[in-house]
Amino acid sequence: MILAIIENAFLSLIGSAIPASAVVMLAATGAMLGERVGVLNLGQEGLIGIGAVYSVIAVLSWGVESPWLAMLIGMIAAAVAGLIFAVCVVAFRASQVLVGLALALGGIGLSNQLGTNRNGTPIQTLFREVNPGGILDNHDAVSAFLFHDPVVYIAYIGLPVVLWFVLFRTRHGMNMRAVGENPAAADAVGVSVTGWRIFYSVLGAALTGAGGAYMVLSFTPTWSPDIARGRGWVALAVVIFAGWRPGWAVAGALLYGSMISLDTTAQARGWGLPFMGASDLSFFLSMLPYVVTLVAILIPAGAVKLGRRVRSTAAPAALAIPYSREER
Amino acid sequence: MTGDGTRPSVEARGISKAFGGVAALDAVDFEVRWSEVHALVGENGAGKTTLCNILAGIYRADAGQVLVDGAERDFRSPAHAIDAGIGMVHQHFRLVEPMTVAENIHLGWPETPGVVSQRALVDRTEQFMGEMGLHVDPTARIWQLSVGEQQRVEILRVLARGARVLILDEPTAVLTAKEADDLFRVIRELAASGLSIIFITHKLREVLAVSDRLTVLRQGVREITRPTEGATASEIARLMTGEERVLDVEHRTVTGQAALELKGVSALNDRGIEALHDLDLTVRSGEILGIAGVSGNGQSELAEVICALRPLQSGSITLDGADLASLSVRAVTDIGVGHIPEDRIGMGMVLSAPVKDNAVLHNYWTEEFSQGLTLDRQGVINFAKQLVETARVQTRSVFSTAGQMSGGNQQRLVARREALAADRLLVAAHPTRGLDVNAAQEVRSTLIDKRDSGCAVLLISDDLDEVLLMGDRIAVMYEGRIMGVFDSADADREHIGLLMGGHSAVEAAS
Repeated sequence: MILAIIENAFLSLIGSAIPASAVVMLAATGAMLGERVGVLNLGQEGLIGIGAVYSVIAVLSWGVESPWLAMLIGMIAAAVAGLIFAVCVVAFRASQVLVGLALALGGIGLSNQLGTNRNGTPIQTLFREVNPGGILDNHDAVSAFLFHDPVVYIAYIGLPVVLWFVLFRTRHGMNMRAVGENPAAADAVGVSVTGWRIFYSVLGAALTGAGGAYMVLSFTPTWSPDIARGRGWVALAVVIFAGWRPGWAVAGALLYGSMISLDTTAQARGWGLPFMGASDLSFFLSMLPYVVTLVAILIPAGAVKLGRRVRSTAAPAALAIPYSREER
Repeated sequence: MTGDGTRPSVEARGISKAFGGVAALDAVDFEVRWSEVHALVGENGAGKTTLCNILAGIYRADAGQVLVDGAERDFRSPAHAIDAGIGMVHQHFRLVEPMTVAENIHLGWPETPGVVSQRALVDRTEQFMGEMGLHVDPTARIWQLSVGEQQRVEILRVLARGARVLILDEPTAVLTAKEADDLFRVIRELAASGLSIIFITHKLREVLAVSDRLTVLRQGVREITRPTEGATASEIARLMTGEERVLDVEHRTVTGQAALELKGVSALNDRGIEALHDLDLTVRSGEILGIAGVSGNGQSELAEVICALRPLQSGSITLDGADLASLSVRAVTDIGVGHIPEDRIGMGMVLSAPVKDNAVLHNYWTEEFSQGLTLDRQGVINFAKQLVETARVQTRSVFSTAGQMSGGNQQRLVARREALAADRLLVAAHPTRGLDVNAAQEVRSTLIDKRDSGCAVLLISDDLDEVLLMGDRIAVMYEGRIMGVFDSADADREHIGLLMGGHSAVEAAS
């Protein structure tokens, strides 16, 4: 009996962690894309909000009936915000940290403003679960791990595989990595540092926007203020945790998604521990993703301190450093 | 289309370029022919690198034309220059450290297959290296290679793209003598196969050894272009510097109390290995003690322990009898110790800060420049202007950033600032490294003035000629130990050379 309850709780945790993490996964992939070419966009939180609110507007106000089209509109909105960011930091070489923080706060504010009249209105245009039916159908364990909507598969399998292939198996990806590691070297061999940095920051912003769109088109599924709830910051943490490697981002997103789900599940069910009340546990669980990030950063840093080279998990060397050809 | 040795490959006509209002090039004409090695000679800041950066599409000229094979070209980026067959190997290599040799060679190259595997890249690289007769392990990562090997990767990369005009920016500055000889051989072979080689240098021996023709630039203006045959080193030097100034140093023998005294000093290097072993050394007031030695034998660590930048493992360091080792860096400066650091950019100044702030880096907090919590702005500006003037630093104003000045001017500023701070001891680590003849003379005069005013001067240099010229006494360092100390009158070049190579005093004497 008790075993069954635990199993049930575990499966429901997995069942919710996977789609919950898909948002983080999309945003982390978007952030990683920009960071691989040396552009750090701290505005993920704002981009999620913008992506989400424009998808909501598309569905509720413009009568869009396809979740895919609604998501595309959210992505375009986030891409426009990403383009403004990219022009500021790449073309005008403004501080990536400052503009990124402005985008985070501005994006949250803008999306809350646009979403005001739509608070709590349920959204009917949703991504549908892939459900082959048949005998697997009634098995909880199977449905917890499988039977998600297509976006989940794209986020966890499609994107990481494509990104890994492009980064490490194509000429284009080699040049991308060079732009992030040593833009002067890339420039010297004729790779357009400015062009690529802008292009991939915009593409990354669009992916993060897709994460926001997915929140309202499947996960919540309704608009509420401050929709991202820290997932944008968590996505930035996942990129560090993953050491800028697409495959590891899957593990990172699932780990972080589970922590978020654990938090919401614990709150919903009023879980507590003998030495920690329900509200204390909730605070602790909300804190957990950031503690894990701190540890994830310190482990490679510690290894470097101990004299071992941890090259493969190091950040792109030119991350957040503006590039100017004529500086001397 | 190559090989006749008289037709120009690249021509620059009336090229001008200014940085921050200071002209780097003024209407320069320059012409290189096929099959020739053309040396581009000049002091630091003469405009050699700027000219080549324009030819390679990195900078755009403010005025003038670039012609390749007789046709005018407009390079908007290095890619355009590469398409036109011009490739440049920079003084600071443009390689991606965590990537392999094969990846670096294929970077940004349109002929690289769209989908690549490490194996395919390595195969292509090996084949190409075979064709060119230049070899580096294609699977090695850049950070694992020696400087000479990294340079070879750069050359291979440029050649792989079909460059027929190869620009080498001070290629020997970072090489050992043997590596430099290998490079010269490669350069001659490439020229023999029809390529144009532009070879930037300020070392006259290299100009005479390797070039067919030479062009001298001075302060952004072309002085001469002529065949190397028949040219003499003194003639080129005169054209480079515009005047002949030879420093005549009168050596003195100082007796009496030691100012700086090191006893039994041991210290670790950055990797935690002992770099100074039980070292004794004294410097007296009013003398220059020159430290001779091949770099990497503990000289950097020696300068750092004296200036309290590196902790002592054991031993004692005193200045006029007072303990130095227990003081903070600021306190060491305070009691009159100046330090011209080896790494002037990293340790000597803040590149992004204006010249005026760099001028008071040591003492901005003293009463001279501050009242309470605020800086005396006008006082700082006046001091900086005076410093810039006396040190003959060329800068647009004291408000432009240190990073906008050329390396030689940065070094002049640091040297003069430290000399002013040094009342009792001046530690000068490689103070003339990378400087042209004039700037080096000025820095040396500064050191001599300090000595004559009664300051103790410790001069560390890997240029033996400089140590012999400047030192009243000469100490030889090898593997963290002092191998011997000589008065300048008794200093025998060959003997010191043997000690620098690790032969003991007894072996060297016999």
